[in-house]
Amino acid sequence: MRLSQVVECLACEVLSGQDCLDREIDLGFAADLMSDVLAYAQHGGLLITGLTSAQSVHTAEIADMGAVVMVRGKRPAEEVVAFAQRRGLPLLLTPHSMFDACGLLFRLGLRSPLAGGKQL
Amino acid sequence: MERDDVLYRERFRIQGNDFERGGEVATHIKGLLKQFRLPPEIIRRLSIANFEAEMNVVMYATEAELELLLFPEVIRVVVTDRGAGIADIEWAMGEGHSTATAEMRARGFGAGLGLPNIKRHTDEFSIESTVGAGTTLRYAVFTNRPQGAS
Repeated sequence: MRLSQVVECLACEVLSGQDCLDREIDLGFAADLMSDVLAYAQHGGLLITGLTSAQSVHTAEIADMGAVVMVRGKRPAEEVVAFAQRRGLPLLLTPHSMFDACGLLFRLGLRSPLAGGKQL
Repeated sequence: MERDDVLYRERFRIQGNDFERGGEVATHIKGLLKQFRLPPEIIRRLSIANFEAEMNVVMYATEAELELLLFPEVIRVVVTDRGAGIADIEWAMGEGHSTATAEMRARGFGAGLGLPNIKRHTDEFSIESTVGAGTTLRYAVFTNRPQGAS
């Protein structure tokens, strides 16, 4: 699916990457633990997180992820948004909780890189 | 003998306890590796290892030097820190084993996956530590192998 569908599905505010919304996103990984993301997330995937510190966007950049959604309306600091803008990393903010965001995205067709506990 | 054909070498300083900047060295090196036109998956694996190593320094050490060495067929990294060191390396290598504080965990790290993650994403990995002095990590990713050890 396109990132614009994620934006619509989760009623996101686009903090960075307005010009990247036609990007294809098919896999998602939800975590506040960045080491889990670094261990299992797939490149090009969507990072769904409640972590708004600089480490979340660094993790997404390092792991070549396609976009980041911050949940529950927790707005990151300006430096975090600025980093995402400099790196061309789409950064989205949704009012939904982590649980609801994951449920809505699953219904939309987004899937995990770990299927049945095994990496695809 | 590898020393003779080094293509690029640079040292980077990492400051302990500087959570705001934790990740900047790994991100900078990633940009550098892209300029060398290395395969994206190679860059990704090495960058993940660098990021975990950098966050380990931020969380546990006073300061460290990260040395990046590019050879024709391998990228080697040596991270030498000054700090408390690790008393039981075998225990520290176990997934979920951590001495992290609440602040570290609030930053998304400190879950005891750092060292296993570095090993998982690299082709060679070794660790030496002296309690009260510091820890040295060495890891390498081969650039001439499409699929690595991970």
